[in-house]
Order: sequence, then structure tokens, then C-alpha cells
Amino acid sequence: MALIEGETGKWEMVIGLEVHAQVISNAKLFSGASTAFGATPNSQVSLIDAAMPGMLPVLNRECVAQAVRTGLGLKAKINLTSVFERKNYFYPDLPQGYQISQYQQPIVGEGVLTIDLPDGSTKDIGIERLHLEQDAGKSMHDQDPRRTFVDLNRSGVALMEIVSKPDIGSAEEAGAYIHKLRSILRYLGTCDGNMDEGSLRCDVNLSMRRPGEPLGTRTETKNVNSIRYVQQAIEYEARRQVEVLEAGGVIEQETRLFDARKGESRSMRSKEEAHDYRYFPDPDLLPLVLEQEFVDGLAAELPELPDEKKRRFMEDYGLSIYDAGVLVAEQANAAFYESVLAGGKRDPKLAANWVTVNYFGALNASGTDLDDAPVDAAKLGGLLDLIADGTVSSRLAKEVFEAMWESGKDAATIVEEKGLKQITDEGAIEAIVDKVIADNPGQVEQYSSGANPKVIGWFVGQVMKASQGKANPGTVNQILKRKLGG
Amino acid sequence: MSVNLDTVRHIAKLARVRVEPAQAEALVGELNNILGWVEQLGELDTKDVPPMTSVVERGQPLREDRVTDGGDPEPVLRNAPDSAHGFFVVPKVVE
Repeated sequence: MALIEGETGKWEMVIGLEVHAQVISNAKLFSGASTAFGATPNSQVSLIDAAMPGMLPVLNRECVAQAVRTGLGLKAKINLTSVFERKNYFYPDLPQGYQISQYQQPIVGEGVLTIDLPDGSTKDIGIERLHLEQDAGKSMHDQDPRRTFVDLNRSGVALMEIVSKPDIGSAEEAGAYIHKLRSILRYLGTCDGNMDEGSLRCDVNLSMRRPGEPLGTRTETKNVNSIRYVQQAIEYEARRQVEVLEAGGVIEQETRLFDARKGESRSMRSKEEAHDYRYFPDPDLLPLVLEQEFVDGLAAELPELPDEKKRRFMEDYGLSIYDAGVLVAEQANAAFYESVLAGGKRDPKLAANWVTVNYFGALNASGTDLDDAPVDAAKLGGLLDLIADGTVSSRLAKEVFEAMWESGKDAATIVEEKGLKQITDEGAIEAIVDKVIADNPGQVEQYSSGANPKVIGWFVGQVMKASQGKANPGTVNQILKRKLGG
Repeated sequence: MSVNLDTVRHIAKLARVRVEPAQAEALVGELNNILGWVEQLGELDTKDVPPMTSVVERGQPLREDRVTDGGDPEPVLRNAPDSAHGFFVVPKVVE
């Protein structure tokens, strides 16, 4: 729980997040129009989405299944009966004049999401509910000084609104919550989590209180569409509320709009009266009643989720919580790691280190992704085998890896071509050691007189240099000690 | 339940219906009559009766997740008072 130091003492943040996650489906929630992103305006609109008179919505089975899968992934209660209601408000990109949503009886009830904090600890954040609803269309206000352009392609696409309990205590925890939620949604395949394209959008509910005191009045900041902005919006709003409260003012319960360019939010006064949504059950839609077998069938097909996978990586492979966390954040990364391991008898820790540090480092630096990287799991595994059997030293392995990345060749070929094979032949190493000793009588004297025992390290360095890094450092050490009488 | 003049104005505003002051006065009486009439239902004991959401005794029909519609902006835009470049065009609305 992060405390904010105000002029008059400490304040505590109480944060709840509402995340709108676009459901992965081919067709919309209540119509057969496509959900694909980026199509030409109004080309993916059925007459239902355009709210033409007399059109009737018919619920998409897959969207229901996706909501249930997500509920199961959040260890939440699945409500076998749920009800669609109309949320009434006027806006040009909402042609029906109401959004079909769920209000009193959502499809998913209480659950829990475990967030991972940077210090390796975890915290459980309660999930209040998850409900299905329609997305609105898209308004463009900046194309013309006097007119607004409306595209209804997004109108009617299924959203899951996922509401947390006010268990989040800092901007950092809020960031961890979104990261984890996005990771789970991607594992489940229920939302692509792409914040740039608006597939995941977030509203921040925040109030301040003195530690231990009852909840204060909250505000809702809308339109925060990246994890960084969520954190900025939280810091900004917490400061603003503390300033108001310490000056003796009161917090108005209001909706605020975040401006990413300024890093500030402002009150959306026009929204206030419109908050009277007059929900009522949609007469076009019967209550949604699920069979327990339907839910059980989906539960049986659920993939291994990040927390379970992390636990398994730590138990089966002996990985640190940090390495396991990095590897499981994205399902594809975890799968890559396991396919590196699967190619042979490979040390899981060495493999984890190479995957998270060198391999992901190279991916980032070159801006490629796993699918078109020049080095695949088998090739990386080949390099690990050459390290394990002593063919290359770990130091030269980095050079080999860089060459593999540039050429796409496998490790054995690079080692052969560049002559980077580690010298393990004692005779060859001994010859180098003898030459280094003969060339440096001064240092030999320092060592054998006992004046400077640490000079042995310098000798190792000289031998490694003379062998162009190819001598096995362990063998070098042994031979040096024997020759120098240590 | 009954409504007063302020509630009538509020409802009119939410519904984007223009109501002249004289009409609003008359609507208070009319709406209260309707509400009073509906409230007779309160005389029934419905304590153990679940709300009836439909007169049809059946579950929600579900549709397969297939793209079967859309792909043609022309009929969608045909009745719009104004459109351009494939968009609906409306008077500017900005928060």
C-alpha cells in the first residue's frame, strides 16, 4: 500500500479498475458482421449494428463461451443465469440509443487475480464481476471543424467489462494488475490485449483516505489506454485529490477524461446528468441460461495459466521466481523455453539464462519476434549442448551466438568456421603456459616469493589471451598452479 | 410513486424530447395517473414469484460465430441525413 505524504499527514490510495476487453470472435455479440480491425468505414455493419427499426439481436455462442473461459481463468463464480439489460444514453456513435449490457445479473461473479510485484511478492486482487456488453462505434472529431464522422464497424463488437474490487493500492499495483490480466486473457485466447488498437481499455476509480479510515468519495478517470498512462493518471489524480482535501475541499463524484499529452485529467461535466442510465431488462433478449455441462466442458479445455506454469517451472526446473515470471508472462515465450529444453538433456537453469538474457535481448535489439527470429529453439539448444560438453567456453559462446544470429547458421558450423573450439588438450595448454611463464620472470618471482599470490589471476588472463580465449579456464588454472608450485 | 415537475423535465432531457413549460405541467398529471394505474399491481403478493422477463417459456437462442452479414456500407448509410467518405456525418459533438 503506497502512502502519499501530504501537507497534513499520510494518505492512502484506494483504486479499482474497470477493464474493457474486446472478445476474440469472428462475428459480433448480437449480429453476423465481422469484428476484424482496420476495415474501411461502415463495411462491417449489419442492420442490427446500425439499429435499423425492427432488427432483432441474436446472441453469439462463442462470445458467451469466451466470457465463461475468462471467468474460469479468474477463478470466478460462473452465473448460470444472466440477464442482458439496456443502458440508456444518447451519443452519435451509439445508434440504438442504448447499449446492451449486463447489470444486476452478470455472467461472471466474484473471482481473484494474483498480481506479481517487482520484489517477487504477490498480492491477491479481488474481481467484483465480469459482464458482456456491446462496444460503441467510433467518432472522429478532428477531421472537420463543424462535423463529426461516425464509423460503426466497432458497434456491436463484444466486450467483457472486468471490474476489480478496490483492492489496488498504488500505481505500481495497477500496472501489475493490467499486466497480469492481459497475460491471462492472452493465454486463454479470449482477448488479444492490444492496447494500441483499443482491444483493452481501462477506467480508473480512485479515492483517497487516511490510513484506517472509511472510504472517501471516488472519481472515475476514463480513456487511459496504456499501462503507463494508467499509472500517470493515478499519480495525477491522487495528488489532485490530496490537494483538494487538504485545502478543506470535498471531492466531487465525477467522471474525468485523461489527456495523455498533458498527463492530466479534466472533469467531463457533460457526463454528469447522463449518468442516469435507466437500466431495464432488454425485451428483445431472453435471460441467458447455461448448462453446467457447458461450463464444465470449457473448464476441461482451459490451458495451463501463467501462475500454474510459473509454479511448475520453479518446481520442475528449479528456476528462480524472477526467471520463471519472465518466461511465463507470454505463452509463446514459455513454449519457446520448453522447446529449447525438449531438444535434448539440457540444464534448465542454463537454458533459462540464455533464453531470458541473450535470446530475448537479441530479439529486442533486432526488433524481431519469435516466429521470424534467425535462431530457433533447436539452434539455441545446439549451442547449449556445445557449452555443456566443453566444446565452447561460456565466454566464446556469446560470440558464437552473435554470429548465429547474424548468419542463421547453427552453432557447430560457426564454431568450426571461426575456429572457436575450446582447447581442452592439456598438452596444447601446457605449451602456452610454459611460454607465458618463460616470458614473464618478474611475475613468476612475485608469485613464488609469496609477495603477491593474486598474480595467478594475471597469468590466467595472459594464457587466455594467448589462446584467443579458447583455452579451458579450469585446465589453465590447474596447470598454472602445478607449474608455479602453488 | 409519483413525479413532480423537475422529474418530468429531467426525463424529457434524458430522452432528448423538447417539452414546453405548459406541456410539462400537464404531463405531471398525466404521468402520475399512469403511475397510479400501474401501481395497482402492487396490491398483488408477488413475494415468491420470480420476475417474468418474457411471455415465452424458452431459453436464449444462440447463434454460431460466423460472419454472415455486413460487407456493404451502402444500405447502412442509405437513410442517413448526411454521409461522406463512407462515414455517417453528424453535427460536431466534442466533450
